[in-house]
Amino acid sequence: MARFQRQYVPRVNNAPRKHPHGAARSAAAVVLAAAVLVVSACAGEFPQSTLHPTADFGERIDALYRTIFWWAVGVFVVVEAALLFVILRYRERPGSAEPRHVHGSTLLEIAWTLAPAVVLVFIAVPTIRTIFQTDGTAPEGALEVEVIGHQWWWEFRYPEYGITTANEMHVPQGRPVALSMTSADVIHSFWVPKMGGKRDVLPRRTTRLAFTPDSVGDFSGQCAEFCGASHANMRLRVMVDGEGDFAAWVTRQQSLPVVSESLTGLARQGAELFANPAKLCFGCHIVEGISPGVLGPNLTHVGGRTTIASGILPNTTEGLTRWIRDPIGEKPGSLMPQVPLTEDEIAALVAYLQSLD
Amino acid sequence: MATSLAHDASTVRDSLMARIWSWVTTTDHKRIGILYGVTAFLLFLLGGLEALIIRLQLASSGNTLVSAETYNELFTMHGTTMVFMAVMPLSAAFFNFVVPLQIGARDVAFPRLNAFSYWVFLLGSLFMNASFLIGAAPNAGWFGYANLTATQYSPGVNIDFWVLGLQILGIASIAAGINFIATIVNMRAPGLRMMRLPVFTWMTLVTQFIVVTAFPVITVALVFLMFDRFFGTNFYSVAAGGDVLLWQHLFWLFGHPEVYILILPAMGIISEVIPTFSRKPLFGYAVVVYSGLLIGILGWGVWAHHMFQVGLGPVADSVFAATTMLIAIPTGVKIFNWIATMWGGKIRFTTSMLFAVGFIAMFIIGGLSGVMHSSPPADLQQTDTYFVVAHFHYVLFGGAMLGIFAGIYYWWPKVTGRLLSEPIGKVHFWLTIVGSNLAFFPMHFIGLLGMPRRIYTYDPALGLDDMNLVATVGAFIMGLGALVFLVNVWYSRKRGAPAGDNPWGGATLEWAIPSPPPVYNFTALPEVRSRVPLWAKDGMTPLPESPSEDIHVPGGSFWPVLAAVGIVLMAIGALIKVLPVVLGGGVVLIVSVYAWAFEPFEV
Repeated sequence: MARFQRQYVPRVNNAPRKHPHGAARSAAAVVLAAAVLVVSACAGEFPQSTLHPTADFGERIDALYRTIFWWAVGVFVVVEAALLFVILRYRERPGSAEPRHVHGSTLLEIAWTLAPAVVLVFIAVPTIRTIFQTDGTAPEGALEVEVIGHQWWWEFRYPEYGITTANEMHVPQGRPVALSMTSADVIHSFWVPKMGGKRDVLPRRTTRLAFTPDSVGDFSGQCAEFCGASHANMRLRVMVDGEGDFAAWVTRQQSLPVVSESLTGLARQGAELFANPAKLCFGCHIVEGISPGVLGPNLTHVGGRTTIASGILPNTTEGLTRWIRDPIGEKPGSLMPQVPLTEDEIAALVAYLQSLD
Repeated sequence: MATSLAHDASTVRDSLMARIWSWVTTTDHKRIGILYGVTAFLLFLLGGLEALIIRLQLASSGNTLVSAETYNELFTMHGTTMVFMAVMPLSAAFFNFVVPLQIGARDVAFPRLNAFSYWVFLLGSLFMNASFLIGAAPNAGWFGYANLTATQYSPGVNIDFWVLGLQILGIASIAAGINFIATIVNMRAPGLRMMRLPVFTWMTLVTQFIVVTAFPVITVALVFLMFDRFFGTNFYSVAAGGDVLLWQHLFWLFGHPEVYILILPAMGIISEVIPTFSRKPLFGYAVVVYSGLLIGILGWGVWAHHMFQVGLGPVADSVFAATTMLIAIPTGVKIFNWIATMWGGKIRFTTSMLFAVGFIAMFIIGGLSGVMHSSPPADLQQTDTYFVVAHFHYVLFGGAMLGIFAGIYYWWPKVTGRLLSEPIGKVHFWLTIVGSNLAFFPMHFIGLLGMPRRIYTYDPALGLDDMNLVATVGAFIMGLGALVFLVNVWYSRKRGAPAGDNPWGGATLEWAIPSPPPVYNFTALPEVRSRVPLWAKDGMTPLPESPSEDIHVPGGSFWPVLAAVGIVLMAIGALIKVLPVVLGGGVVLIVSVYAWAFEPFEV
């Protein structure tokens, strides 16, 4: 350092100089805009918020994130304040003296190397503790659900109950859930923010997630790993039921579907269309005991779901009609083709699907 | 082929054709730097246009401005363009123009290789963007995860454009990397020891070491993918026992060092700008240099933090979390040293300085959100959401691009001989800073409130319409800022104030010579005796008014251009699956390289 102790004299420059106008004002405007956003973010209803978890997995992450967040806020305030102080205090004024040429300070360098290191220890320790708490191993007695990602829908299987369903996962409140997940095609990612973090769903691999939901409700999520044309349309729901409701749901799902012969009117016509090979339905969709298809979602109890087409349409007459009329228009790239059907045929099929509750 | 000083001056004025020819065959690092800058800035505008369409689509939920397919192409090309065709080559413009001047050299070590790098970059960029013309732009994201890129799931030529285009751009980067390492190590003026190098040159050196080590990794990954797609191999084919995670490890083993390839040059730029406008030498020079080196080295040990959601297991997650957090330390140290440089200084808020201070202010935010998802459990909620989009735009726009703008305003007078307008520059700065914060800050909330990335539509029930609209408005304010910059360029081209040798009172060698510099740069090679040669008393030997004898500078050559054409011909042949075109391109390449090797270098 000794070599640089000499006082250097920079060349004087005579170009006109200006002081920054309104720098502080503009900064204040940005801060204000941010504050407005924060307030609005807390006021609204955000079904996929990571900040209001309702399962242990999400709550552990949230607690950790809040710790890190406040450390970050502290560092932010200190460093930005230092920056603001320096640019306000040391901006050139008429007649300010030439600065002294300081070249460094070993003590300061050590100090500001150690300071972030210490802060990071306070972040790293709870981080590593949380990593091991949330590594996807579920306690004994957890409800096993197999998740299979497809372009662009979700298949859920419950080996314990022999149930297969799609896009809406029912789980009981308070019982740990253990997901073992794989993909039928490309990489997807299972993410229901209120339950907790996401986990990729990969072909030929099994990944795990575990969480224990603590409130009854309907929690939405969606695929978080880009998986092709309709990635945006690959949504899902976790329905957390009270114990009785969950048992009723399981019983319902385990029951065989309505047999076509007992149906009447429009639904009866729809059942016949569904079974007609020319209409292509049963080649892809299972209705337990009726059709063997494996490519598309299991429709045995489709009438009991709240949404269809992996959460992009409500399971109403209108939603089903739109979906059957133009699947690729509703969900670009969809593997379900547009089957040539008359409006009457569509209405019949809709009636049939609605009867499968 | 060498041109003497007098000869060069007369030929340049001959005719328009001759002038164009002289640019096409130029090997002058300053001209190549200008070519890099202009080309990369146009591509930056293209990438920005893609971003504006993306933001328009997301301005409200369920918007149908563009289709899902178009949207996927737009975000893929926005990322690919900004990383490989805008920010990297904009940095390359500075490497080319500034580094030889800062080290007191007449040119780079391999002038024709330098021209080759530029033409490969240009033609590779045109090749990649030609995909838009036939409606088949790459559409699997800039990260192109296997196995979505397999022929089974992406049967079109979209991914072929991407896999071939990136290989071409990689050739340009590696060639330039070798060139600049050789230049900085070997061609420094007498007395310019490593620890006297300007920090920008230092960061260039670190960056180029990362380039020559990281790009081979992605090249391997791309070759595997190309073989899978063209020849039916099974590197990433799950059905045949291949592994989709192989791609992710290779891609991020390149991809994270790539982040430092993007940011270190900008850190180097502001390490020049801040001392000049504070009228104080850089505080803790050695620490700033070593922290840059450390960032370059540590950058190799953190790639799996892009893969926390894959489920690598708690031990791997913990290790990669720790290495990632470690990087925050040298990064923080740099920020503290920049602030300490300004402390006690006499700060002139030129546009360049404003951008440099903007860099620090925004980089702090990007750094802190980075620490947030260095924690794997937090990352499981944040990754693949708009929170991460906010993070890396604070780092890459707030960091890299603001740094680049600081550099443009700082060295523009050296390049053109005229100053950019300061009043227009300040409008540009404030629009950019207000626009980018308005665009990117809400994205933190949008992500934490549950919006994933890479979705062309979102559910109105998410409650995120308002914040998305704010982000869109911010993006358009940024766009307006870019237009104001173009106005500034147009205005200053004729009416900018003459710069003189050293308009800012800078301390480094490039400010000791005329603006624009003569083709030979220095009338005599200076002997440097200080880290701040123009500020120190007796910091360098004085330069004579004119050269004492003719100076040999590298002459023009069209072989590098032709070699670049050969490479792109090969890619076109592969794309259209016509073997003779591939072979023809190969012949052009081999003949050009052969002729180039035997081209007489000195008259």
